[in-house]
Amino acid sequence: MKTIDERPVQVQPARGTRWKKHHAEDVAGRSYTFICAALLIVIILSIVYFVASKGLATFFRDGVSLSDFLFGTTWDPEGNNGEPMYGVLPFIFGSFATSLLAALIASPLSICASLFMTEIVPGWGKKLLQPVIELLAGIPSVVYGFIGLTVVVPFLRNVFPGQGIGIAAGAIVLSVMILPTITSVAADALASLPRGLKESSFALGATRWQTISRVILPTVLPSILTGVVLGMARAFGEALAVQMVIGNAPHIPRSLFESASTLTSVITLDMGNTVMGSAHSNALWSMALALMFMTFVFVMIVRLLERRHRI
Amino acid sequence: MNNATFRTEHLSVFYGQYEAVKNISLSFPEKSVTALIGPSGCGKSTFLRSLNRMNDEISQAKIKGRIWIDGVDINDPGTDVIQLRQKIGMVWQKPNPFYKSIYENIAFGPKYHGIKNKAELDEIVETSLRKAALWDEVKDRLKQSALSLSGGQQQRLCIARALSVKPGILLLDEPASALDPVSTAKVEELITDLKKELSIVIVTHNMQQAARISDYTAYFYLGSLMEHDTTEKIFTNPEQQMTQDYISGRFG
Ligand SMILES: Nc1ncnc2c1ncn2[C@@H]1O[C@H](COP(=O)(O)OP(=O)(O)O)[C@@H](O)[C@H]1O
Ligand SMILES: [Mg+2]
Repeated sequence: MKTIDERPVQVQPARGTRWKKHHAEDVAGRSYTFICAALLIVIILSIVYFVASKGLATFFRDGVSLSDFLFGTTWDPEGNNGEPMYGVLPFIFGSFATSLLAALIASPLSICASLFMTEIVPGWGKKLLQPVIELLAGIPSVVYGFIGLTVVVPFLRNVFPGQGIGIAAGAIVLSVMILPTITSVAADALASLPRGLKESSFALGATRWQTISRVILPTVLPSILTGVVLGMARAFGEALAVQMVIGNAPHIPRSLFESASTLTSVITLDMGNTVMGSAHSNALWSMALALMFMTFVFVMIVRLLERRHRI
Repeated sequence: MNNATFRTEHLSVFYGQYEAVKNISLSFPEKSVTALIGPSGCGKSTFLRSLNRMNDEISQAKIKGRIWIDGVDINDPGTDVIQLRQKIGMVWQKPNPFYKSIYENIAFGPKYHGIKNKAELDEIVETSLRKAALWDEVKDRLKQSALSLSGGQQQRLCIARALSVKPGILLLDEPASALDPVSTAKVEELITDLKKELSIVIVTHNMQQAARISDYTAYFYLGSLMEHDTTEKIFTNPEQQMTQDYISGRFG
């Protein structure tokens, strides 16, 4: 099937007609967009190449085996206790645990908020919540981290055994940060539902609640999941706020309230202390590569969900 | 006709200050088809939607006057809107099946109303689809998505879905105007069949359609009921010049 974009580019005016202003504009516009697109692709490819070349050096130059890296539980890149060890499993665990838990906390709240905005009180509900959510999305992560450190951590310390820092604190802070993502995706999906769908359900004698739970939510579920995955991707990549509340101990914690680390928090903490080209630095790049790979996986999941939704 | 069990009495509908339906008293005789005709924006849909209180969903819509069904004023605070809507099926211009299987689309309403027994549901699905003349086309693919059906099939599915809760009244808002001629003919045939069991109120812009399938015709203009009579009378010898002009396509 030929789409419009695939039609042969025809910038030359037909023989015999003069060059007019709009032809020149057409050429200028096309060239400009083409250059921008090309630049973007070059930038992205160079980033990928750069991260990959550094990150793969850990395995090809420094001789660390992939399984030692991914499944090793000891992180001792400077070799303080003998041989340097580059096991990042604790950080992978920390990243997954915080972002999954954050999504688990944020999803029900976001779904309720989006329903409130679009279905329950579409008038002032939207007027009230929309700015709040946009504001939440705009708060810098350092502020979230700061609030987490001064409010969430002491609260957890008082209520649960432990220092308060850890996976739970990180997940709570992240859940607030990804709330806007999930809410706005879900609200958009709800708002774009065909009106007749809801009315058909009402016309069959369904109550509002039955309509929401059995018609509306199942219909927008793929879109909501897209929002959840996008939120998780954001949580997975967030560094600063998490680093401020998670404690940064390099091992797998035994409870949610014990100091832990994520891939991102280790990278931000360690990167200033390594020499470019050293095995330690390369190991950080390998972690960056792992993060990029995960982002890629998240994007793929979103794509799949969207494709399923279209059918 | 004034003692019909289904009728409106001085019904007005307002959107804010705007009076979209003006003081309409209209009866719908049992087991017959009443066609509502008139130019776009004259309040036909608004009138139809007030008959099963669908305008409740529009916060600024206000109703004045009465709507009687089986001796009950449907806007009475004591009326159970859930039960009311079970008695009145509704189908819109655009087919809007739920994003579920064909079977689930039909079983949906009955499930709302508490039917859980699988055999009973199967039975309802089959009879509803048969009544909507869709059974033979879909009986081997009940588990497939309703969205895989063609537009015309989807519309008949929506009619079957409306029939699943065994209503006594069916409201149709331009049910065939988005369909191709073959599907339109099927829907019209269906309406003629359903008339044996139900009272049907249909909004249509297609004059031939109104003439073919309806027993009574009501002509609306700018929110008012201009003329209401048997279809035969309206289409052969209307009282008003305006009705005559509209029907013969001189304006509209
Ligand atoms: N939800 C609404 N809010 C405000 N005005 C409306 C709404 N729906 C319809 N109207 C107005 O009411 C009038 C009648 O509309 P409608 O009942 O849809 O007419 P018809 O179905 O005959 O084309 C129109 O002027 C329309 O603009
Ligand atoms: Mg209309």
